[in-house]
Amino acid sequence: MRLAHDALLVAGKDLRIELRSRVALQQILPFGAIVLVLFAFALDPDRGVLPRVAPGLFWTAVLLAALLSVNRAFALEEANAARDGLRLTGLDGAAVFLGKAAAVAVQLVVLEVVLGVGIVVLYDVSIRGVGLIVCAAVAATAGLAATGTVYGVLASGLRARETLVPLLVLPAVAPVMIGGTRAFEAALDGAPADGWPWVQLLTAFAVLAVVAGTLAFGPLLEEDA
Amino acid sequence: MVVTLRSAVCLLGRFPALAGADLEIDRGEVVLLAGPNGAGKTTLLRLCAGLLPLHSGRAVVLGHDLARDRRAPRRSLSLMGHETFCYDDLTVAENLRFSARAAGKDRAAADRALELVGLVGLAGVVHGRLSQGQRRRLALAVALARDPELLLLDEPHAGLDADGRAVVDEMVRMAASEGRTVVLASHELDLARALATREVEVVGGIVRPVAPAGLARPVEVAP
Repeated sequence: MRLAHDALLVAGKDLRIELRSRVALQQILPFGAIVLVLFAFALDPDRGVLPRVAPGLFWTAVLLAALLSVNRAFALEEANAARDGLRLTGLDGAAVFLGKAAAVAVQLVVLEVVLGVGIVVLYDVSIRGVGLIVCAAVAATAGLAATGTVYGVLASGLRARETLVPLLVLPAVAPVMIGGTRAFEAALDGAPADGWPWVQLLTAFAVLAVVAGTLAFGPLLEEDA
Repeated sequence: MVVTLRSAVCLLGRFPALAGADLEIDRGEVVLLAGPNGAGKTTLLRLCAGLLPLHSGRAVVLGHDLARDRRAPRRSLSLMGHETFCYDDLTVAENLRFSARAAGKDRAAADRALELVGLVGLAGVVHGRLSQGQRRRLALAVALARDPELLLLDEPHAGLDADGRAVVDEMVRMAASEGRTVVLASHELDLARALATREVEVVGGIVRPVAPAGLARPVEVAP
């Protein structure tokens, strides 16, 4: 009960900061949209390639934008030694992890909805298999947010944080990229049975990432940069 | 004892910022840490707050052995440091409520702290727009909102005008009268000595006692 209360407290704090600073709205969302538009230009909509590669491009755009969200989640702890303040609260490391990961996940969900609409409009994709798409997106988002949060705290406080986070996160979330893409492809191809095993993989990855993060985040937060 | 240090060593990199410090602080004491810049005062406070690791020796704060778990005493102490530990995009009230709720206190504790430091009129202003003096007051309020048993104050008078300094003095006296333990590091020795019941000097990472002259009388502790 206390864990949930504290996690909600941290998530609420992070989301309130994002709402007020509008960094997610004015920088991260447009960045994701720009990536989609650039892919559209590069692959030429007239050749009919875009609908076929849309799932992969969608998750690539989400991953790149997620890196910004993760960096942002820990950049806001740097000013005024807020990270020390967070440690001084005495909140359990697991609660801080769950709260920060939840805040990142909420931002990613909003991003995915916007990019999903962008895919339909820009790439001329017909949506099918909504249930599979939603389940895959939820599991992938949880895994992405949890993994990003763990590596985010690992790199936080370091001078090279901005460049280190992508280097650490991108290889680690390869299963999300692959599983999300395959599940979306199966849904859009009208073969959902082929997609559910990928949802299982995404779910297993998310559970592993959340458990690992819950255990590791506290000690990592205590590490003096 | 609220704080017990025995030959405590704390390294910053390879530099021994505390080089075998010995100190005992009892409940209700107001202890002044005096000493030159770089002597180890801030390190001592941060060690007691569990923000820095103990490399050797013994450190027990509020009954918790820091060598075993330096996070354990945090829920019962507050540190007012050089920084405010606040978020620029949250208002004064939001920063305070976050800190209070994290310590298991309710909104009333945050509102009371806000009133005590005279920032009620700025409750809705984001931290990033506060002046330096207002930030120092907020840092004090954040420390008070957690209702701590042990209050660690690092240069509490720095950057404050006369009114702000008076607020700090009042808060320290109030904390002491409520039976809280206060440790303050300061270069404003005249101001700090008027509050302290005991003074120690920190030099080269070692703590030395100072003859008790010109210090405040021990405060009557409320039952």
